[in-house]
Amino acid sequence: MNRRPTWLVAIGWNLALVAVCAVTLYPVLWVLKMALTPSQAFDMSPIPFPSTFSLSNFQDLVTSTDMAGNWLFGHWLFNSVVVAVATTLLSLALATTAAYAFSRFVFPGRRLGMTLFLVTQMFPGVVMAIPLYLLLDAMNLLDSMVGLTLVYATTAIPFCVWMMKGYFDTIPKDLEEAAVMDGAGRWTMFFRIILPLARPALVVTALFSFMTAWNEFILAATFLGDETSFTLPVALQRYVGDYSTEWGHFAAGAILVSAPVMALFFALQRHLIGGLTAGGVKG
Amino acid sequence: MKRWMTMGLVLVALMGVSLESNAAVPASVPLRLWHSYRGAERDALEQVVVDFGRLHPEWPVELLAVPYDAFANKLTSAIPRGNGPDVFIAAHERLGDWAESGLVAPLSGDDGLWGAFFPATVSAVTWKSTPHGYPLAFKSLALFVRDDLIGGSVPADTDAMVATCRGFAKDRPGSFCIAWEAGSFYHHAPWLFGFGGGILDDKGSPVLDRPENAASIAFVRDLTNEGFLPQEPTSALVTQLFNEGRVAMVVNGPWFLGELAQGVPYSVHPLPRVSATGGATTPFLTVDAAMVSARSLQPEAARALARFIAVQGAATRLVDAKQVVALESAFDSPGVTVDPIVLQFRDASALAIPMPNVPVMRAVWEPASQALRSALRGATEPADALKAASKRISIATRPRPAAANPLPAMVGLVIVGIGALIWAARRFRRDDTWSRMRASSHAYAFLAPAAIATAVLVFVPFAVGTGVAFFSHYQGEFTYVGLSNFINILGSTDYAVTDPLSFWFTLAVTIMWTIVNVFLHVSIGVALALALRRPWMKLRGVYRVLLIVPWAVPNYITALIWKGMFHKQFGAINGLLQWVGLEPVSWFSHFWTSFAANVATNTWLGFPFMMVVTLGALQSIPAELEEAAEIDGASAFQRFFSITLPLLKPALLPAVILGGVWTFNMFNIIYLVSGGEPDGATEILITEAYRWAFSRQEQYGYAAAYATLIFLFLLAWSLAAGRLQRRTK
Repeated sequence: MNRRPTWLVAIGWNLALVAVCAVTLYPVLWVLKMALTPSQAFDMSPIPFPSTFSLSNFQDLVTSTDMAGNWLFGHWLFNSVVVAVATTLLSLALATTAAYAFSRFVFPGRRLGMTLFLVTQMFPGVVMAIPLYLLLDAMNLLDSMVGLTLVYATTAIPFCVWMMKGYFDTIPKDLEEAAVMDGAGRWTMFFRIILPLARPALVVTALFSFMTAWNEFILAATFLGDETSFTLPVALQRYVGDYSTEWGHFAAGAILVSAPVMALFFALQRHLIGGLTAGGVKG
Repeated sequence: MKRWMTMGLVLVALMGVSLESNAAVPASVPLRLWHSYRGAERDALEQVVVDFGRLHPEWPVELLAVPYDAFANKLTSAIPRGNGPDVFIAAHERLGDWAESGLVAPLSGDDGLWGAFFPATVSAVTWKSTPHGYPLAFKSLALFVRDDLIGGSVPADTDAMVATCRGFAKDRPGSFCIAWEAGSFYHHAPWLFGFGGGILDDKGSPVLDRPENAASIAFVRDLTNEGFLPQEPTSALVTQLFNEGRVAMVVNGPWFLGELAQGVPYSVHPLPRVSATGGATTPFLTVDAAMVSARSLQPEAARALARFIAVQGAATRLVDAKQVVALESAFDSPGVTVDPIVLQFRDASALAIPMPNVPVMRAVWEPASQALRSALRGATEPADALKAASKRISIATRPRPAAANPLPAMVGLVIVGIGALIWAARRFRRDDTWSRMRASSHAYAFLAPAAIATAVLVFVPFAVGTGVAFFSHYQGEFTYVGLSNFINILGSTDYAVTDPLSFWFTLAVTIMWTIVNVFLHVSIGVALALALRRPWMKLRGVYRVLLIVPWAVPNYITALIWKGMFHKQFGAINGLLQWVGLEPVSWFSHFWTSFAANVATNTWLGFPFMMVVTLGALQSIPAELEEAAEIDGASAFQRFFSITLPLLKPALLPAVILGGVWTFNMFNIIYLVSGGEPDGATEILITEAYRWAFSRQEQYGYAAAYATLIFLFLLAWSLAAGRLQRRTK
């Protein structure tokens, strides 16, 4: 394994990986091309490199305003960021504490609770939109970022709980026992010992909940009623309507929406690899 | 004295307000106006609203542009709960539905006014002989001609059209003579009427299965086969071909004007008559109307606003947005110069007939368009396709299940509930649960926030959704029907088990979809992870970063892009195939190719997750193990299957279980890539549930029963998988 292979083998492997990367990046390059081409038509040519270079699509999108002169893109971006960050914080807070309870304590209802959290992943989301609408309406949270954040956080929590619980299980209990000797309480232990050690899993969980909130548009389009309260994906979805499709604007928007997530992925990829599996290894 | 009178008046006014405020709202609450206009139409509407504000400063207006796709759903869920608009602008075609479910207010009175509109537009907004909206503008299909490509006269009938096309095709290979969105039944309707066919019979029930209808489809199919019409033309493709000068004529509506590139020389004409029958090619007339919500708290103001937009706003909309306005006098009003194109449109619409506004029409579009596409690509004969469509329409409009007596179910529920309580109480006592629970209160403190939030926002909506499965929904009313939704679905009573509409067929497709996807995700992910692990691989950091990209792109974006790449004539994939020397494939015409297109898209976006999981798991496998095996002479194959894979298993199994659940419910890919083509065969359970809820007469109860079955199936699968997982430990 650690022997250097012959250069022929090395070239072969590299060529294969380059080919896979090319297939992977092909559609992405194509989006980039449509975003940089000022037309609104769908690009049909197989060549994924732009022949012209223009930022007009981005400019249209970023500078759009409504009748009252509100800077729409600013609103959309702000809403998306607030909802995504709030969702991340909320689901982290709720999921880590719940996962800690599942990992460290034995109590009646533990197995049932774990199963119930897993079961939520099986609820078909599309069909829940209408009951959720009624519920948010009853709680007066329709058309508000609070309501949306709550819905997203509860969608993300079950997966996060499972991830974090798996990771907590890998942290030896000796540490806590030592801390108990020193007179630390449960919460001190949780904040001072467990959380710092679980950083890789925290990173993955945070990324996951951020993406849940950042990319979702079906529920957001149903709940949000005002153009200035839209999130970015809802605004983006309007460019691909039934009657006309503005592909150039859509592609530019797609890039603006994906860019932050990609940046996060690249910044966090080391943690991602460690954090995602450590939980899984123990199940 | 005057002062007293003023004060008295103010007092009375205040009292009036305070008395009324129980029923109505203070005048400061703005009127809400919903629309889905964009571009120039939107600007003109905003201008009209500003003008209204100048006339009626006491009624401020709040405009909201609702995305077109979400419009109808939002309206039907918001208005009954008082969150809806006071006035909304929508096409008239769903008027019957909305009037029947009490969303739109009837507009009786205004007797002198209705005569001022074009008569066809008034009949379009009329339901049960009362107008339910003020007609704003009308739209219908017309013939757009590129004047630089069609010299001489514009064909007046189909014989002339075919002759023109023969001449045109000879001169310009790679170009098309005429194009329209042929797979959409709305775009096909003019030919249907031209051949003497129709959709509804005298009693207003859909009858598609007629020889005239079949003849009209055969006509279009022949045009395609001769190469006059491009294959699988989408609206984006039609626009593009016209702008690039690669098609000479286009059948499209006024919305097409906004998509034309600058400098394209064009004119608008009536559609050519059908030579075979001599009949006029009659498009549907769609009327945009300003409707008043039946639940508006300020009905008078709302009505004034709607009327203002239709009447006083007509000139602005005509001039600024080039709308073909419904107010006849607007065209002749002094100081108004009407764009010649608008006049051409008005004249091209002279023959158009209003689209029926009966609710049953909504059950027609989906099956009719499916039949059309199936016949156009030659998969079925037009007559057979129409027969199949008729059958589907009759299923979607079948009588509702009879109302059942809820008493037995309620008694049953109570008995089960009491039984459960007794069982729980006995167990509590026996296991001493209560004291154990008290002893672990700290655990509950940690758990409570997440548990409460999930219970309220996930379990409650799900319980409500499951409850709906025992009801039948029709125009806003729910009737308890017991188990009949489930019996109908599981017994496949309305269609054969092999019909794509059947639950069992869709279940089989869904299972296959899940297995194929998860298998590909895992095998590609593991293969790439093993390749990236090689320490001598200098560029592995770069590869790893590039290979994670699909995970970071939102999946609806991925789906739309791949859908475009799979287009038969212009997609990049067929472009590559032809470049290699292979025949282009009509991806969405056959089950297997369509299924493959879905799988390719989902594999693209799904393998990075498995790759990352595997990379992480590989870190914890000591390299010495494999080296030892290598020294012992084990082949790479043996090493993988007897050492690496078993060690990866504990990490991969949870990922596979979860990945399986996610793929099973992967709505976006199926809905956006294949959309169920051909004939709904590639639908999976969740998209099928969505269609029952939203495009087949809003059968919410039936859809909820589907959702419940999906849940039960996944529950069974994960229980089985969980048992498997425990066994491997």
